[in-house]
Amino acid sequence: MSLRAPWIGRTLLYLLAFAMALWVIVPVYFIAIGAFSTPDDLYKYPRELWPHHVSTGALSFFLHSTGTIAALERSVMVAAITLAFSLAVGVPAGYALARFAFRGSDAFRLTIVSTRAFPIMILAIPLSVTFIRWGIDDSLVGVAIAHTALALPFAVLTTSSVFAGISDELEEAAMTLGCSRAEAVLRVILPLALPGLAAAAIFVFIISWNDVFAASVLTLRHRTLPAQVLTASGEAPLPYRVAGGFFLLAPSLVVIFFIRKYLFNMWGRVVK
Amino acid sequence: MTAVAEQAAAVPRLRRRWEGLPYWLILPTLGYLAVFFAWPMVQSFRLAFQDIGGNWSFDSVERMYHDADFKKALYFTLLLVLVIVPLQFVLAFVMALIVNARLRGGGLILFIFIIPFAVSDLAAGLVWQQIFTDAGYLNTILQHLGVIDQPKIWIDPRHGNWLLGEVVLAEMWRSTAFVMIILVAGLQGIPKEFGEAAEVFGAGFLQRIRTVILPMLKPALQVALLLRIIFAFEVFASVTAITGRAKTTLAGEALRWQGDLLDPHVAAAYSLLILVLSLVAALTVVRTLRTPKEKMLR
Repeated sequence: MSLRAPWIGRTLLYLLAFAMALWVIVPVYFIAIGAFSTPDDLYKYPRELWPHHVSTGALSFFLHSTGTIAALERSVMVAAITLAFSLAVGVPAGYALARFAFRGSDAFRLTIVSTRAFPIMILAIPLSVTFIRWGIDDSLVGVAIAHTALALPFAVLTTSSVFAGISDELEEAAMTLGCSRAEAVLRVILPLALPGLAAAAIFVFIISWNDVFAASVLTLRHRTLPAQVLTASGEAPLPYRVAGGFFLLAPSLVVIFFIRKYLFNMWGRVVK
Repeated sequence: MTAVAEQAAAVPRLRRRWEGLPYWLILPTLGYLAVFFAWPMVQSFRLAFQDIGGNWSFDSVERMYHDADFKKALYFTLLLVLVIVPLQFVLAFVMALIVNARLRGGGLILFIFIIPFAVSDLAAGLVWQQIFTDAGYLNTILQHLGVIDQPKIWIDPRHGNWLLGEVVLAEMWRSTAFVMIILVAGLQGIPKEFGEAAEVFGAGFLQRIRTVILPMLKPALQVALLLRIIFAFEVFASVTAITGRAKTTLAGEALRWQGDLLDPHVAAAYSLLILVLSLVAALTVVRTLRTPKEKMLR
């Protein structure tokens, strides 16, 4: 800051940082104190701005509403299947991008990146028609297939940057010592790549957890949690909406804490 | 091509025996994307432009166009993109500068700033609905401050601009972290000496931003703009959560036609419209950004 007196600029910067942090954190705070109060408190006006009586009342109201638990289980299952599909299909491609200079690798990378330009709507609507024909409409696998199409490009690019961060001399050393490439990757590279792969996995999980559109289009009676909340939110009582909002938001708070280191690696590479 | 050849020559002998291997490794991904990405896109096209008998027709597109909610949805979607994207880029730029200034407690600041990154639009909508609802937090605060003596109705279908403002705030809150992350990554690529050199020659803070930081940040800005504009056209859940049925977007209409009206043809027409509009808007903006010099000469 080259204002006349440096400390003025510095102070302004801190104030600005504080204001911005408030803008982000205050809405989270509100939904959290709302979710941790009793349903009766939520109907009071003015609302409590400080958690006087912390209670799990609103949350338990939400969780005991018809269908919430089942929808939650389905959401977790769909995310787990998406995770398995995305990593099983995407990790080899990520490894190939990181390790081999092959003809067409740039075109492949570009293809992967450009999938981000297509809206989920354009996949989900025809897939819902196809899945009826295949007999997997309104099923967890169907939703997971659509989610994998969304998450796979992320899985490939992220795992590729993870592998690129591990020296290939390690593989070569293992191979010189008599390992096959597969053994070298399994025994030497995978253990080192594990934290990065975990971050990629968390990312895939969140993509699936957050999706509302595909899940709403592809399911009818077997809704995932976000699809269920969206359908219910119009008529649902206040505690349901408050606690539901908090419940959908909460995993992202935890997740961000674990993957924050990788976010910049992931998106920094997009720029370069 | 020569770069690839050089690299290929540089890899040890061990590796060259495996020339086919990378193709086998990317095959599952290509296969998956072909079946569950490329093929559905072709299907979307056919759904939108073919009738039930499989004949080419504009019937679905016409039904979309003549639907009472079509213009409403188109107008509100465009308005959202137009208002949100410029505002959030200013916000994201300020946040990125703060992160890049490496303040004390910077780790905590960064963590707070990126919290909304993984929040879905539905969750963000529900959060902000609780702020603006009649017995919500905004009214509570205003009441405590003595600004109002009875709750004011903020989510009012008669005030379209208020609804717009509320959705804009929710979407800015949610999606600005994404832009900020790309800008921070871009800022970190600018050598510190550039700014310092400008400072030595007497450039003020704003002048440094204009002459050094913004030009060097351009690639990052372009990527962020491209992606953000595309994503902004897909918004719907926050609009539903905040405004109920008072406002709707193109994506919201696609969902209504598919889910409630069980008509994948019109829904596919909506999704193609989203695709075309978002690509045209994103490429136009990025292209305009690319040639400021020539424009100045004209």
